[in-house]
Amino acid sequence: MTPRVVFPNKVLPYLLVAPQLAITLVFFYWPAGQAFYQSMLRQDPFGLRTKFVWFANFRKVLADPAYLNSIKVTVVFSLATAIVAMCVALLLAVMAEKVVRGKGLYRTLLIWPYAVAPAIAGMLWLFLFNPSIGSLAYMLRSFGIAWDPLLNGTHAMILLVSAAAWKQISYNFLFFVAGLQAVPKALIEAAAMDGAGETKRFWTIVFPLLAPTTFFLLVVNTVYALFDTFGIVHAVTGGGPGKTTETLVYKVYNDGFVNLILGDSAAQSVILMVIVISLTAIQFRYVERKVHYG
Amino acid sequence: MKSFGFAAGVAATFMLLSSTSAFAVTQISWWHAMTGANAEVVDKISKDFNASQSDYELVPVFKGTYPETLNAGIAAYRAGQAPDIIQVFDVGTGVMMAAEGAIKPAADVLTGAGMTFDKSQYLPGIVGYYSKPDGTMLSFPYNSSSPILYYNKDIFKKAGLDVDSPPKTWNEVWEDAKKIKASGAAACGYTSTWLTWIHLENFAAWNDVSWATQQNGLAGGDVELKINAPIFVNHFQALADLAKDGTFKYGGRTSEAKQIFLAGECGIMTESSGGLGDIVKSGMNYGIGQLPYDSDAKGAPQNTTPGGASLWVFADKSDEEYKGVAAFFAYLSKTDVQEYLHQKSGYLPVTLAAYEATKKSGFYDKNVGRETPILQMTGKAPTDNSKGVRLPNLPQVRDIQNEEFEKMLAGQQTAQQALDNAVTRGNAAIKEALGN
Repeated sequence: MTPRVVFPNKVLPYLLVAPQLAITLVFFYWPAGQAFYQSMLRQDPFGLRTKFVWFANFRKVLADPAYLNSIKVTVVFSLATAIVAMCVALLLAVMAEKVVRGKGLYRTLLIWPYAVAPAIAGMLWLFLFNPSIGSLAYMLRSFGIAWDPLLNGTHAMILLVSAAAWKQISYNFLFFVAGLQAVPKALIEAAAMDGAGETKRFWTIVFPLLAPTTFFLLVVNTVYALFDTFGIVHAVTGGGPGKTTETLVYKVYNDGFVNLILGDSAAQSVILMVIVISLTAIQFRYVERKVHYG
Repeated sequence: MKSFGFAAGVAATFMLLSSTSAFAVTQISWWHAMTGANAEVVDKISKDFNASQSDYELVPVFKGTYPETLNAGIAAYRAGQAPDIIQVFDVGTGVMMAAEGAIKPAADVLTGAGMTFDKSQYLPGIVGYYSKPDGTMLSFPYNSSSPILYYNKDIFKKAGLDVDSPPKTWNEVWEDAKKIKASGAAACGYTSTWLTWIHLENFAAWNDVSWATQQNGLAGGDVELKINAPIFVNHFQALADLAKDGTFKYGGRTSEAKQIFLAGECGIMTESSGGLGDIVKSGMNYGIGQLPYDSDAKGAPQNTTPGGASLWVFADKSDEEYKGVAAFFAYLSKTDVQEYLHQKSGYLPVTLAAYEATKKSGFYDKNVGRETPILQMTGKAPTDNSKGVRLPNLPQVRDIQNEEFEKMLAGQQTAQQALDNAVTRGNAAIKEALGN
């Protein structure tokens, strides 16, 4: 039985949670409510003329081919980023486990990039792959690849995914290393004695035992790619060329703060809010409960 | 007795207040977006203005890039915390003009403070752009620029071109660019910053063709873009063809192409006159020419339109503050202040007197090409096609145009398709913006 804590004072508990509640109300519910209200208005930038239009902004946004394109871009970008970031991190983690001397040094160096701000990571990659001054772009050209992220949408997307994934690899690496250490050595040794090779051991023992970590990271990486990559998109491509790298979050910014169409932008951010809420719900419902060891 | 004491107290307080306010310095806030050398100019002008009188204190505040400054101003206005003066870039002019209740016309600020405002003292092309159709000047021009042609003399020499005659027409640019590429003098012949501003808005004005209906939006009302006319299509098809083998190289939507030119990758570039500072700093052996025109256009070259930014005054401020703003604008119009601004920052002078004084001082003889943007803008009286362009959502329309250009330059569509799409999508966006 879980012990029940009973407060003798009826007011004190409420007082104790009040600061937390106040912060949540002021910094979450209030702006979220305002965004919701704004999403039903059609307004000029200065707020001089306002018209209440119910859900017209949502209808407009959802019927806009540019918005549908942006959904597609976001899905491709998020999945590619999550997969690349996780595969590379897993490979590095498995390899780092094998290192006998200087393990700590390798780990520290691999975790470092996580401390870099997204916009700075973006700038780094932008410089490396800048068609005229980038050193990596120069190498690509000498291999005969016409590298041009300014006009080629695929190149721009590759550049974005590299920058976004690179930054996330460290975080994933950390979790995979921890996950690997939780895999019982006895199991691996037993399998080795039964004649299972290294690859076989990894895929039949280590990888399934890492499943909880992998699922957790999949959700975290997708949420990261969806919402925390604005700085990278802003610094690297600005959504171009054409609209080939305009993600949902970038479109909210562009429509709201560059084009000053506040109603559309607010409607888009409400849609994003719904997506975050459902992703979080999925994480708590399924990922945390249904994935068990073994 | 009690009520008498109270009244006396009020009277005393009032007298005290009014006497202190007579001595107090009124603060005038100015939000701007200037960086580097241009930010130093802002600070120096503010300091000098404050030293020149004791009634007002001008406080300049840097608010980020042009769009960030505009957004900060809009957010502040909505929160009831607007500054007195805000610097808004050319593209945001339509946004500010549509916000009639939020701003006070610069002309009203000046006349309201008892000053006479003589329009004829200012460069007509610039003042015209920042005025309402009825002629009321809405904002005070601060920094104005115009697109010009830059070329790398070393590359010209290597390609066997005449270093003293920059190309005058677009066809000459294409020919020279091909020669530069073919001779191996540089990896690319020609590049350009701001395709929308230079190759659409200024292209239309300079060749005296219509960019959009309603005098390019200056006359107001519902505007329809005209940029898919044959002259535009031919121009952009030429660019798209040159892009195929790299004779023309695309740098990006804003001023990124300057890097390609500075790296010596391209021989010719069209860019804002405000970009001169970086080219001088690079130590390149450069030359300056007029913006090229289309040899098929009848009236070309007509005149170019101003880019840059102007100062807007927010509404609902106190009379004292407006007087201070007027005093600052009067100070800013002074010949020596304008001369300093023009020569230090590379932007155009706003008054004719400052232009004449700079000419007399021999500045243009020593700095060849610095006069070109002024001559381009003032050479001919502007027509309905060349007073500038104005839309309530110009940033959005430019975005649409850039997206279509990028698809065209990547070889996914022809110039005709790109410009047709830009017109259809642009018109829809304009209609939407006007429906607000």
